[in-house]
Amino acid sequence: MKKLALIAVLFIGIILFWAVEDMPAFGDPDAPANQYVAQMYIERTLPDIGIDNIVTAILASYRGFDTLGETVVIFTAGISVILLLRRGEQL
Amino acid sequence: MRENVVIRTVSRLSIPFIQLFSLYVIVHGASGAGGGFQGGVVFAASFILMLIAFGLSGIRGRISEKGTMVLAATGVFIYAGIGLLCILFSGNYLAYAAIESALGIPHLHGLLIDLVEAGIGITVMAVMTSIILDFADKEGNIRD
Repeated sequence: MKKLALIAVLFIGIILFWAVEDMPAFGDPDAPANQYVAQMYIERTLPDIGIDNIVTAILASYRGFDTLGETVVIFTAGISVILLLRRGEQL
Repeated sequence: MRENVVIRTVSRLSIPFIQLFSLYVIVHGASGAGGGFQGGVVFAASFILMLIAFGLSGIRGRISEKGTMVLAATGVFIYAGIGLLCILFSGNYLAYAAIESALGIPHLHGLLIDLVEAGIGITVMAVMTSIILDFADKEGNIRD
């Protein structure tokens, strides 16, 4: 069984290493990941929002609703820990 | 650990700088590397250091369980309130550009992003501190 697992791992590993050759180079502007919406964010962050940091522009403005959800998730996690662990009578 | 004078002195010296740095990280979110999540965690780290070095009795009056809960709700309220403010200025929810064009103030968009980041930072700081307060016992030791 151990030998079978080792063979499976090696097999999948060789396939993955073989596929690495077809990946675009790091930071390649023609790579598919850099072709679609990333271009638009880079071009329009400064005229649309007027701040330098593209990451913050996406996080807090273009996808502000998503970040609001993340904040509520953290808030909910804090409430859950209080419900499970706090032993005092009052909050 | 509270008997160790080195730990207490170093903590007392470094906590103000940690908190100042975390405020810098939060405010710097719009123009460089930074943001509410990172800054809030750094601020909470200063409270955790305070708790470990001085114990629960040493931080009494500075942070409390009730205070952290109120702050956590305040942060979410700031974020959601700015979203509702955009609706009042006849825009979509969280569309800050509506406020900017209605008031005609340049760079207001970036300032609103900073405000939102501050809300995130308050929530993250309060939740992290609240969790570590729940884990600590009366002497300030972290329960296993």
